[in-house]
Amino acid sequence: MGGISVHPLETQENRDMEDFIQYTVQGLSAGGFYALAALGLAVIFGALGVVNFAHGACYMLGAVGAAVLLGTFNINFWAALVIIPLLMFGFGVLIERLLIQWLLRLDILYNFLLTFGLALLLVDLVKREYGVSGLPYEVPPGLEGLVTIGSVSIQKYQLFVFAFSVVICLAVWLLLTRTRVGMIVRAATEEPERTRALGINVGRWVTPIFGFGIALAGLAGVLAAPFRAITASMGSNFIIVLFAIVVIGGLGSILGAVVAGFLVGLVEAYGQAYAPSFSQLVIFILMAIVILVRPAGLFGRRQEAV
Amino acid sequence: MLDITNLSASYGEARVLTDVSVTVNPGEVVTLVGRNGAGKTTLLKCVMGLHRDYEGGISLAGAPVDKRSPDQRAKAGIGWVPDDRGMYASLTVAENLTLPPVVHSSGWSLDKVYDAFPVLRERRNSMGTQLSGGEQQMLAIARVLRMGSRLLLLDEPSEGLAPVIVQRIGEIIREIKKEGVSVLLVEQNVKFASTVADRHYLLAQGRVVEQLDNADFQARESELLVHLGI
Repeated sequence: MGGISVHPLETQENRDMEDFIQYTVQGLSAGGFYALAALGLAVIFGALGVVNFAHGACYMLGAVGAAVLLGTFNINFWAALVIIPLLMFGFGVLIERLLIQWLLRLDILYNFLLTFGLALLLVDLVKREYGVSGLPYEVPPGLEGLVTIGSVSIQKYQLFVFAFSVVICLAVWLLLTRTRVGMIVRAATEEPERTRALGINVGRWVTPIFGFGIALAGLAGVLAAPFRAITASMGSNFIIVLFAIVVIGGLGSILGAVVAGFLVGLVEAYGQAYAPSFSQLVIFILMAIVILVRPAGLFGRRQEAV
Repeated sequence: MLDITNLSASYGEARVLTDVSVTVNPGEVVTLVGRNGAGKTTLLKCVMGLHRDYEGGISLAGAPVDKRSPDQRAKAGIGWVPDDRGMYASLTVAENLTLPPVVHSSGWSLDKVYDAFPVLRERRNSMGTQLSGGEQQMLAIARVLRMGSRLLLLDEPSEGLAPVIVQRIGEIIREIKKEGVSVLLVEQNVKFASTVADRHYLLAQGRVVEQLDNADFQARESELLVHLGI
């Protein structure tokens, strides 16, 4: 019996294919939390006209929050998946009421600066409390290890992240396209003034939409916790990729944010695998090409490309 | 129904309207006629609350609305049909129709809207901006009829439309007038204005220069055309 290979027909070509599939799954799972966070960014930009520079910090808070829940309160991943977005929603509502709303009537730059400052503040607060080294987080029970499909081995958790984020994106999509609330959000995003003149109190929707966008960033953070280093600065690089994503997808376009999120996840994974020294650069090359060919982004409308 | 008293409005330093007083009685169709830049659209925006930089008073059915926001004014019964027709590209025809709340029990049911405008029923699942100009105008008017607005602000509804569609819009205005709805109509098409309106205000350089009933208006039509330069 000895000496028989597990995959007797394995060839170099097969192995390349297996690697490729693994990178693809890796890219789709990374794309999953890019898509969720970018969706939040797009919804906020659409409804408020605010470019939320604190989005990366909110993603970081989501991951740190999950680690604290587990480490201090022994609350597991599945509960964190529900608790953290709820907490972040509350946090978003607070920020909008206390800070953002006062600057909405001013130039877009004011909220840009405010959220930028907020990001610095949040990062430093977390640094002071938890230091700069990473917080530990285990892959949740039941999702450890590999699943083997044919001859390809894939991390269970990566598959889970991909599937979960697709489900959430679909749910948000249905919410936006099939409900009255979603219809009002779309209308208010497209033409806030006109929507007011048609008898809809747009201002009432602004706060929950902001909270919702922040909750999505937090959710992405929880998903990232088991396989990214949880540090105070984990959001800084993330926010740069996020901006590349919303530019590629088209500012304010919800579908664009999701598609570009997965696209960038894939491009990044392939880049890391096949051109490691260029892996970050690849995203921005993609962005440059998209801006050259379609300045408004893949799914952006002309007037949104301001 | 609508009383605008001594209204003056500006955009920053630029005065656009000076001491304008306009009244629209219940069930009356009144037009504002004047050339481009006379301040007609600004006046409608003041009434809707979309332009807040004004002095003077606007009241609806006797109650001042100056302090109210656009959405409160819409709920009080003012229906706005903007000059660009106000379609939403991200909403279907049916959603464009049903987006605003019904503000009065006289609002048309969706069935009544579709019976009056069969093309909207056919195309209810298309996106709003995929309709032709005439269809968009129908939709914009149908939208405020469904709301049950008691005062319609129509901004150049005939602009850029084929004669047969302009005629149809005239029919609709006469029909809603019968239901007791008041209309304040901004129009450059003097012929069209004279087929639907009871009274006319002539605006020039932000002031009301003349007020005419429809008979006088028709009698002096050619003179007015020259005067207005349209």
